[in-house]
Amino acid sequence: MWEYTEKVKDHFFHPRNIGEIADADAVGEVGSIACGDALKLYLKIDPDTRRILDARFQTFGCGSAIASSSALTEMVKGKTVNEALKITNQDIADFLGGLPQQKMHCSVMGRDALHAAIACYQGQAPAEDAEGELVCQCFGVTDEQIKRVVRENNLATVGQVTDYTKAGGGCGLCHEKIEELIAQVRGELKQEDKADATAGRPMTNIQKIAKIQEVIEKEIRPMLQQDNGDVELVDVDGNRVLVALRGMCTSCPSSALTRTGIETKLKELVDPRLFVEEVAA
Amino acid sequence: MKVVYLDNNATTMVAPEVVEAIRPFFTQRYGNPSSMHSFGGSVAREVAKARESLAALLEAESPHEVVLTSGGTESDSTALRSALETMPERREIVTTRVEHPAILNLCKHLARFKGYTVRWLSVDKEGMLDMEEVREKITNQTAIVSVMWANNETGVIFPIHEIAEIAYEHGALMHTDAVQAVGKISLKLRHSKINFLSLSGHKIHAPKGVGALYIKKGTRFAPFVIGGHQEADRRGGTENVPGIVGLGEASQLALEHMEDKMRHVRKLRDKLEQGLMEKIPFAHRNGHKEMRLPNTLNIGFEFVEGEAILMRMDDKGICASSGSACTSGSLEPSHVLRAMGVPFTSVHGSIRFSLSRYTTEEEIDYVIRELPEIIIFLRSVSPFGREALNAICTVQ
Repeated sequence: MWEYTEKVKDHFFHPRNIGEIADADAVGEVGSIACGDALKLYLKIDPDTRRILDARFQTFGCGSAIASSSALTEMVKGKTVNEALKITNQDIADFLGGLPQQKMHCSVMGRDALHAAIACYQGQAPAEDAEGELVCQCFGVTDEQIKRVVRENNLATVGQVTDYTKAGGGCGLCHEKIEELIAQVRGELKQEDKADATAGRPMTNIQKIAKIQEVIEKEIRPMLQQDNGDVELVDVDGNRVLVALRGMCTSCPSSALTRTGIETKLKELVDPRLFVEEVAA
Repeated sequence: MKVVYLDNNATTMVAPEVVEAIRPFFTQRYGNPSSMHSFGGSVAREVAKARESLAALLEAESPHEVVLTSGGTESDSTALRSALETMPERREIVTTRVEHPAILNLCKHLARFKGYTVRWLSVDKEGMLDMEEVREKITNQTAIVSVMWANNETGVIFPIHEIAEIAYEHGALMHTDAVQAVGKISLKLRHSKINFLSLSGHKIHAPKGVGALYIKKGTRFAPFVIGGHQEADRRGGTENVPGIVGLGEASQLALEHMEDKMRHVRKLRDKLEQGLMEKIPFAHRNGHKEMRLPNTLNIGFEFVEGEAILMRMDDKGICASSGSACTSGSLEPSHVLRAMGVPFTSVHGSIRFSLSRYTTEEEIDYVIRELPEIIIFLRSVSPFGREALNAICTVQ
C-alpha cells in the first residue's frame, strides 16, 4: 500500500476541475491507455493578458495521477502562460505535500501535459520531448526527456529515472543507455556547481550542515543503496563530519574506501577542508 | 466502518477454532517435540495429529508424506531444488508463464545462475494451458515439471493429474504449487503421479509462517533446510508448534466444510459476478468460467485504472486486489493477465475478488451496490471513459 499524504487523498477523492473545456484555447495530451496512465489538459487563455482563465483535466490512472492532475489545474489557474511554464514536476509534488518516490512520474506527466498544452497554444510542435532519440521502447521515453528530468530533479540512478519517467521499467534493455545519460548530465552539473562554489561567500555553519546533508541525500546515499548499503549523517563538528555506515557497508571489506569516497564527494561539492570520520552505527 | 474482506487469495482470517486450538501452546504446552521428557513428548503427539489431518485433507496415502515447512515459498524452493539435485543428469525445468513469483523467480534464478533450461508453457486468453504444448515440452531431458494447481489471480484450475501422468511417462518429477487449491477443491493425491505439492497455512484460515510440502512415498529427496533430525531428516529446525497445530485444525475444518461451504462460496461468487456484469458495461471476466476455483473472480473494467478503483473501494471498506501496474510494484501490469493477452484497455483496470467461507450475502450485495458508482465516477474522470459512459446512459 502506498503512503499518500492527506493532500493527495483529498485531491484524489475530491478532484478539482474535472472534464473538458469545449472551446479550449490549448489542449495537451500525454501518456496512453497502454502505458497505464494518460492525462488530457484543457486550458482557457485570455489572448490579451495571456493569463490562464480556466483549466480542466481528464485522467486515466492511479490515485496519484488523478491527484497530480487536479493539483496542476489548481496551480495554473490565474497564472500567465510564462509563469505557468516555470512550474516543475517537483512543484506539483510539493503542492501535494510530496509523492512516494515510485510515483514521481505522475508529477512529471502533469508538467509534460502543461508544456504540451502551452506549446499547442503557441502554435509549436506538440512537445519538445517528441524530439530526441527514443531510449525506452516500452514506455516511449526519449533521451531529451530523460536528460531534462535528471537535470531538474538531480537524479543519480537508473531506478530514480524509472520512478520519474517510467523509462527502464519494462524490459530493462535501455538501462545502460540511461546510465550514460545520467553521467552526461551530472558531468555538466558538476561544472556549474564548481563555478558556483568558487563564486560564493563563505558558508555559515547552518548552510554548511544543510549542504552536507543535501550531498549525502542526493549524491552519496543513492550510490551506496545500489550496493545495498547506506549511510547516516550523525553530526558535524567544525570540519569533522561524523557518519555511520549501514547495511552492506558495515560488513564491506572496502568500507575504508567508502569513507574516503564520501570525503572526496563532500570536499568536492561542499568544502575542501571537510574530513569524514566513521562512528559506530 | 465494517470491513468487507474479499482478498482471501492474499491471506485469510485465522478461524476462531484455530486460535483456540493454538492458545495452549504458548504458555502451557511450550515443550520441544524433540525432548525426552513427557512435557515435550506430548507436544510431539500434537504435531503428529496435525500431520494426519493434513494428510487427510490432501487425500495422501500416509501422514509421513507430509513435511511441515514455513510456508508455500519454502515448499516450492525445497521441491524444485531437491528434484534438480536428485536428477543431476537432467537439466530442464518445465513450468508455466503464470506461476506465483515463488516459482517464477526461482526458475529465472536457476536459469540465470545455475545454467538450467526453463521451458515456459503459455496460456490462452481464458488462462488455460495447451495440452499439446505440455506434451511437446516435457521430454526425457526434463528433471521436474512445476505447474500450479490453481492460479492465484484468476482462479483458473490446471489439469494437474493429467500433466503428472505425462511427466511420469518421461521419467520426470512432478511438482504443483497448490497454495490456492488446497481446501477449496478435492486433490486426491493417493492414486496420483504427483511427487511434490506445496501448500500454505495462511490461505486456509491457519496462521502465517507455516506450510507444508507433500512428498510422495518413494520420491528421491534432498533436503533444503539442513539441521537437526526434525521431520524425519527432511527439514531441520525446531517445529513451529503453534503454527503446525493451527494448520492441523484448519485442515480438519477445511475438510469438514469443503463441500457445503464451497457450494455456498460459489453461489456468492456467481452472484457477485452476475451483479457486477449486469450493472457495469465494458467489464470482462478474466479466466475460464467453469475451470475456476469457486471463490475467485477477476474482472477487467475498461478505461479505468486498478489502484484508483482499490482506493475508492477501500474508502468504502471493501478489500480486494488489482493486477494493474500501479499496484504490482512494477510498471508493468500482472504477468498473468499479460500472458493471457488481456487487452490493454482493461488490463490496468483488473480487480480480483476472492471470497472465503466467512463471506456473507449482505457483503456481496454491498459490493454490488457500491462498485458501479466508483467505476462510473472514474470513467467520468478518464479521457477514454466517454464511450462507456454513453453506454451507461443507454442502459438506464
